[in-house]
Amino acid sequence: MTIPKNVKNGLLHVLILALGALMLYPVLWLISSSFKPTTLIFTDKNLWPSSFTLEHYKSGWSGLRNIQFGNFFVNSIMLCVIAVFGVVLSSSMAAFAFARIDFPLKKLWFALMLGTIMLPGHVTLIPQYIIFHELDWVDTFLPLTVPKFFAEAFYVFLIVQFIRGIPKELDESAKIDGAGWFMLFFRIILPLCTPALVTAAIFTFLGTWDDFFGQLIYLSDIKKFTVPLGLRLFLDSSGNSNWGAVFAMSVLSIVPSLLIFFAGQRYFTQGIATSGLKG
Amino acid sequence: MGKYKTYLAGYAFLLPWLIGFFALTLGPIIASLYLSFTKYDLLTTPEWIGAKNYVSMFTDDYRLKDSIWVTMKYVFLSVPVRLSFALAIAMLLNQGLRLLNLYRTIYYIPSLLGGSVAISVLWKQVFDKEGVFNQGLSVIGIEGPAWISSPSYAIYSLIGLSVWQFGSVMIIFLAGLKQIPTELYEAATVDGAGKVRQFAKITMPLLTPVLFFNLTITLIQSFQTFTKAFIISGGSGGPINSTLLYSLYLYIKGFTFLDMGYASAMAWVLLFIIAIITGLLFLSSRYWVFYSDGGK
Repeated sequence: MTIPKNVKNGLLHVLILALGALMLYPVLWLISSSFKPTTLIFTDKNLWPSSFTLEHYKSGWSGLRNIQFGNFFVNSIMLCVIAVFGVVLSSSMAAFAFARIDFPLKKLWFALMLGTIMLPGHVTLIPQYIIFHELDWVDTFLPLTVPKFFAEAFYVFLIVQFIRGIPKELDESAKIDGAGWFMLFFRIILPLCTPALVTAAIFTFLGTWDDFFGQLIYLSDIKKFTVPLGLRLFLDSSGNSNWGAVFAMSVLSIVPSLLIFFAGQRYFTQGIATSGLKG
Repeated sequence: MGKYKTYLAGYAFLLPWLIGFFALTLGPIIASLYLSFTKYDLLTTPEWIGAKNYVSMFTDDYRLKDSIWVTMKYVFLSVPVRLSFALAIAMLLNQGLRLLNLYRTIYYIPSLLGGSVAISVLWKQVFDKEGVFNQGLSVIGIEGPAWISSPSYAIYSLIGLSVWQFGSVMIIFLAGLKQIPTELYEAATVDGAGKVRQFAKITMPLLTPVLFFNLTITLIQSFQTFTKAFIISGGSGGPINSTLLYSLYLYIKGFTFLDMGYASAMAWVLLFIIAIITGLLFLSSRYWVFYSDGGK
């Protein structure tokens, strides 16, 4: 049992990389196939294409029924930006109230809020749909954006935990300097919460970007379609005849998630480790 | 600042959440409970039919029976396998290696992308009769079936997709493993305990709180899986209901057949199932979850 440590470590690296390559293989295959001429996609087994083409990206981007794929991107990005703004603002406001202000029934509200974290969305789904239907909001972006301004329990909790770590003396000295609650919130607490806010922003963006279900039930006009809906329509209408274009648009659709991930990587472990998000 | 001014400030900051809580959570919960006792198609007024939705769920809805069976299979096969993979890889990575960040990223990417329509589209192709997965199998001399289009295998492509996304769970395990003091292992080695014994007597007991957390979260999420099943089966849950996960069937009932009363009843049954399972988990936790601070 005396394998030298560096040999053992080397073997470990090889094993981890080999398993990792196996894990990433489907994604790499997707990217590679999106650049292969149609005739080669299912015959050329090499990951590195023997001949390159951008044809699939061109034909995919031209979209369908006179709607460019770019439209779906514009819609998705818009939804994500509004969602991030709404969730971060409203959740941090609620978190500030819970962490720093004393008011009657605070404990009750906090307990109720925690209780909603685990609640499966199905039990509120149908009545919410009915509300939005009555408001005549179905097939607009409103059902997908307005609720984001009412705070999301999990992020409230995340930010509360973070604010509790900020010394209370800061509040006291701000108050002595004559700052009111709004001043204190916007000028002192919010800037100090940046890591928690970024974590909330990242996961809200990713969640909204991939929110197929919500977009499926609320949007039906192709002009308002988002990337997931566009992709699904594309698969249904051209799937078996034009896999290349479907793959090319699939690749484009995962680029924003990857960009956000690599840009905000250091916030990820924290976010996941405290929540079990994204899985 | 006066006391009432402070109260007012508290409620002002809490207001957005409060509105959402009453209008989009509490109100709808009560409404869906009521609707579950009605027949309602969104256009006419709800008609009170008593417990008929619930009765028919358990007597004459054979599609629902299939759906519950498929969902149970999906949850109880994918969750343990996913957690085992996550723990195994986390332990592999937790050996003070260099490049840890790179490795963590590689294993996390499937979790990052796995919920997207793009990956479900890809999966449909990977598990095709002529797909990449079967090509891989043929290298070792196995001829794979047409996973997606065969009623007996289709669910395994969904389970495979779920297991593939073990990265986020792995990261939580990794964080848990880092909390275990290395002195414990050193002391155990001095006392002559082997790796297996160290795993059983140190790692596992100290990791049970994290395992409990992961198990609960993953179970709850798995019961609500929708996108994979929708895209891979083209929205039908087929072939022959073999991928008809509960959420997909609820969607079909509520939004294809506009049977909103029935869909509400299904939602309540799902809530009930999830509550029972998490309740049992919590009850059982005092027998197997070990808190080093004595369980406060």
